[in-house]
Amino acid sequence: MSTPTPAKWGLRTLAFGYLGLLLLAPVGMIFYKTFEHGLGPPIEAMTSPDALHAIWLTLLMVAVAVPLNTVFGVGCALLLVRHKWKGNAVIDGIINLPFAISPIVVGLSLFLLYGTDGWFGPTLSEWGIQVLFSTPGMILASVFVSLPFVVRETVPVLQEIGTEQEQAASTLGANAWQTFWRVTLPAIRWGVAYGVVLTTARVLGEFGAVTIVSGSISGETETLPLFVAKAFEQFNEEAAYAGAIVLALLALTTLLLMSVGGRKAKAQGGPIPITGDAAISTSNKKEGS
Amino acid sequence: MDAHPASVPPVSAAPRAGVRLPGLGVGLGRGLVVLYLSLMVMLPLAAVVAESTSGGLGAFWDSVTGSQSLAALKLTVICSLIVVAINAVFGTIIAWVLVRDEFPGKGAVNALIDLPFALPTIVAGLTLLTLYGSDSPFGLDIAFTRVAIVVALCFITLPFVTRAVQPLLMEMDQQMEEAATSLGAGGFTVFRRIIFPNLLPGILAGVLLAFARALGEYGSLILISGNIPFDTEVSSVFIRSQIESGNVAGASAVSVVLLAISLTLLIAVSLFARMGARR
Repeated sequence: MSTPTPAKWGLRTLAFGYLGLLLLAPVGMIFYKTFEHGLGPPIEAMTSPDALHAIWLTLLMVAVAVPLNTVFGVGCALLLVRHKWKGNAVIDGIINLPFAISPIVVGLSLFLLYGTDGWFGPTLSEWGIQVLFSTPGMILASVFVSLPFVVRETVPVLQEIGTEQEQAASTLGANAWQTFWRVTLPAIRWGVAYGVVLTTARVLGEFGAVTIVSGSISGETETLPLFVAKAFEQFNEEAAYAGAIVLALLALTTLLLMSVGGRKAKAQGGPIPITGDAAISTSNKKEGS
Repeated sequence: MDAHPASVPPVSAAPRAGVRLPGLGVGLGRGLVVLYLSLMVMLPLAAVVAESTSGGLGAFWDSVTGSQSLAALKLTVICSLIVVAINAVFGTIIAWVLVRDEFPGKGAVNALIDLPFALPTIVAGLTLLTLYGSDSPFGLDIAFTRVAIVVALCFITLPFVTRAVQPLLMEMDQQMEEAATSLGAGGFTVFRRIIFPNLLPGILAGVLLAFARALGEYGSLILISGNIPFDTEVSSVFIRSQIESGNVAGASAVSVVLLAISLTLLIAVSLFARMGARR
């Protein structure tokens, strides 16, 4: 299409200007601020006991929440795509819920269940299990907010690959597990991997939900995003910037993996629906056809 | 909206018997899925709904229509509407430039669009504050104003419209535009009569998702908005302050209102998608 050149340049300027002012310049600025006085201060800030504990706790969240949601996500996607059921539409709708719910509401909901006056709080504390203001509550919050990603990324890829190869495998005598590990999983691996990357990004950066359920106790229940917020509020800008840089570098790595994984998933036939298609009910798409 | 409508295999291709869910019975699998969703999502949300009306419907209504909570709700909705309008325009322009324009580094710019999804929200708020806060190198201090809320929300919702419009633009048949041009239509007419109607479903889907996201945003706002009641306090911040001051029922009531709005939006998006898929 031959857009006249002035129009093209106008649109280009608008697009780049918007992205530059909104995304690039602020992110560049924080890198500049962090390394303004060399590498020493940020490294020092990040090796304090509280900072190291925050990093460790953040990684722990990822290590627990991501595998949970991955196993759930793949299983759930298989059920939604391969087994027609009246309840599928409802399950599908519930899975999309965390996309639309404020992280603060997620935090509040867990507070109401596991707090001292909560539905389960008193019973659990009798058994000696503390959920709120400790790691289990934070894991529940992370699982809640990152629940949809793997399902959402796996469903379209599963629809795409069809069942012929699986049928062939079972005709040749493979049992269910063999078929899954040798045929299905290799075929959907990029979709799953993409979902895992998105889940990880979400868990790493979760702030609102975790802030409510954790109590944000330094060196105990403080993840890296909480550490950044607290450091900034206590005018310890060096630590805040350094923490933000660690998170930003993790985000950039994620971005890299996203664009690779997204491309591979796409090449495999699945769309990259982190946005447009994300909340769109995929199982219904199929039932409607 | 559906990027690959033709490629979805027909349902009848799936064998009734045959191996699908490995190892587990389907019923057991379904039971586990329902259990997981109930424990992780439904029960917590049920607790919020129950708590919101624990003092009766009157108390619920009073909490929602209290002057501070109403001010927060109004601010949240108005800011989200402004943000969504900005998104609709710039998201579409960015999608256009990424699909139809050719320039070096296009892949990198395309990847950059996802940055707001990858970057933790607290970092997003902090980065904006360093550039547009009191230490702003441009002398542009918008910290603790409503403008700051709009800017932060624009940052975190940037990808929605762009990512929803991009596939539509890629699929669009350029012959229509060429035909219109050869019949004498000017650039703006082509956009208004041909391009825009084709992109509209994507723009609307992106706008709805961005709106739902903006309504509940918290992390990117707390540092930059100042959280001043009746001025720059959005609903999520209000809920937080109510929890901290012990008014959990009031916090739940406002949460239920937010939940209801986002739920409606979510249903709208999926109805919309179904309509698009059928077409």
